[in-house]
Amino acid sequence: MTAPRAPCAVSVGGLSVARMEGRLTGWGRTAPTTARLCVPTSTAEARDAVRAAGERGTLARGLGRSYGDAAQNAGGTVLDMTSLARVRALDLEQGLVTCEAGVSLDRLMRLLLPFGWFVPVTPGTRYVTVGGAIGADIHGKNHHVSGSFGHHVTRMRLLTAGGEERELTPGDELFDATTGGMGLTGVILDATIRLLPVATSLMAVDTERAADLDELMQRLEATDHRYRYSVAWIDLVARGAATGRAVLTRGEHATLDMLTPRQALDPLAFRPRSLPAAPRGIPGGLLRTATVGAFNELWFRKAPRERRGQLQRIGAFFHPLDGVPEWNRVYGPGGFLQYQFVVPYGQEAALRSIVEQLSRHGCPSFLAVLKRFGEGGPGWLSFPMPGWTLALDLPASVPGLGPLLDRLDEQVLAAGGRIYLAKDSRMRPRTLAAMYPRLADFRALRERIDPSGVFTSDLARRLAL
Amino acid sequence: MMNALGDPQSLLVLGGSSEIGLATARRLVRGRVEVVHLAGRPSPALDAAAEELRALGAQVHVHEFDATAVDTHETVLGKIFAEGDIDVALLAFGVLGDQERDERDPLAAAAVAKVNYLGAVTASLVCAQALRRQGHGALVVLSSVAGERARRSNFIYGSTKAGLDAFAQGLGDSLHGTGARVMVVRPGFVRTRMTEGLPEAPLATTADAVAEATVAGLRRGAETVWVPGALRFVMSGLRHVPRAVFRRLPV
Repeated sequence: MTAPRAPCAVSVGGLSVARMEGRLTGWGRTAPTTARLCVPTSTAEARDAVRAAGERGTLARGLGRSYGDAAQNAGGTVLDMTSLARVRALDLEQGLVTCEAGVSLDRLMRLLLPFGWFVPVTPGTRYVTVGGAIGADIHGKNHHVSGSFGHHVTRMRLLTAGGEERELTPGDELFDATTGGMGLTGVILDATIRLLPVATSLMAVDTERAADLDELMQRLEATDHRYRYSVAWIDLVARGAATGRAVLTRGEHATLDMLTPRQALDPLAFRPRSLPAAPRGIPGGLLRTATVGAFNELWFRKAPRERRGQLQRIGAFFHPLDGVPEWNRVYGPGGFLQYQFVVPYGQEAALRSIVEQLSRHGCPSFLAVLKRFGEGGPGWLSFPMPGWTLALDLPASVPGLGPLLDRLDEQVLAAGGRIYLAKDSRMRPRTLAAMYPRLADFRALRERIDPSGVFTSDLARRLAL
Repeated sequence: MMNALGDPQSLLVLGGSSEIGLATARRLVRGRVEVVHLAGRPSPALDAAAEELRALGAQVHVHEFDATAVDTHETVLGKIFAEGDIDVALLAFGVLGDQERDERDPLAAAAVAKVNYLGAVTASLVCAQALRRQGHGALVVLSSVAGERARRSNFIYGSTKAGLDAFAQGLGDSLHGTGARVMVVRPGFVRTRMTEGLPEAPLATTADAVAEATVAGLRRGAETVWVPGALRFVMSGLRHVPRAVFRRLPV
């Protein structure tokens, strides 16, 4: 949600202070709260803002793509980091980029693709910042091969509660707490990221349909290891025999020999296209089981039964929704939430049961996403763990949604799984604590390095992080 | 914090032994509310309310609070807010008075106004200030349809609620953009201890129905809630009935 912004550089008594109030929400546009917004443009300004944080604390915010309340701080200060966005160093031999935390993945792609380098991990949108990517330890379609974003960070600089800058490398306690730490350990100032070499900016994609959930899971299990990128879009509105029908899209960066002569003229071109933004003022209630069901039906029929080696642009393959700016408005004023969980391998029955319950409840969920995770990372509150992860969007107005998701939380927990903090907007604190065994360590570390609670967020308050 | 589905985690009830207050607390505790502050005059009913909510699993704190002691509100309520964020503050205290007696006894009438209006004004302002500082939270003010248009049969009570209602609407507007908000709840005739023995008005309702509507209103971010909902249309009609006719209506 956009809000009025003010530079931090309004100096009062030598301190930069924030002066604009803004109503903030996450991408799901639910549970708005108000904070003073501050836009630091330099490390020094960020430091001043942290030192000037009042009793309601402060928090870094990037592009506001986490769905819930992770980047809000009611009554306190929020540092809009998107102006701290310089690329500091680029090593084209080694494939390393050092940039400030407010640089977006979109910017990195535009900058790096012409040189034949790609970001190591990209989520379903390019519009996330590097700081946010580390804070949420994001994952992409390549998690089963490449792990989460934090795995590719070779160092970072963190501004801590006292206003000191700490240089961190993997293995440091604070590095691991910060990776997936939802911004609660400090403000990430800059980071160095190891990149992935690519020969072209196109993707070679295999598409296949799966008639139901069992077939889908079999196919993913059998052949996922052949692809760097893999994801399945599930139709959660379909019921009965079609429950869990899906389209698998899996692919790899195309090599030069796959390109047509015309494409080969500019193999690393990256010019993502976008449609006009979704308008403001879309009423709620358009996305009902009937309309979404019809959309899902159309989309399922439209997908080829099987197609190999189709060349797709990066935008179409990774970030289809980025093509419609502000697409979150289609859910109307009531907003929506995303539910994403992972259950370990061996818990397929739990996954199947949850899919059936969602389908039976009649949730008007546009395509849900199913994916297999690889090894988890060292981040204390990092989400991924080996297993199946399912993510789905739901309008907040669905009747009975709260109790339904509470029941699903319990089942996820019983199966040894967990919920993704960057998506959560409604979990119970004790459920979360049971899902993240290192939460106690995380709290203890925060108590130690930030005893007065300078860094906090609505998410932290809601879940007692 | 209020979650994405409008479920609060902490609740403050001013008028902690109020039946509507307790019914609302009960519902919210069955949802996400874990911390409840009950503020009221010490009484067996207040202790019983605390016990009942504890039995439902809530962490309940009881505070001594007197609506008419307006000069204590800042201290008493300030302490409660200092203990942690309050997601919903429910202003549930109020007295009905006895219209016939109060007409004869101006001081008794003033006492009704003191609780229902004066006490509510200071308590609301203190809460609103704290919510504004928090950057989030809802103040729920229990008004009444009796305040919508004064009636011959209970205009003393009605006028206090009319004042409170107007005050709460203005307060809500003053909070716009601060993250905090005010929700005005206007029930019709509610069957409670307060109305025991009185002749029932049409569209009479229960404390539980008011609680249900309040929780639903919090969910959807409503500014005004009528209970039952049909009263909204009934009252918008009654508002335009000429005085000469209204005076003679058996309401």
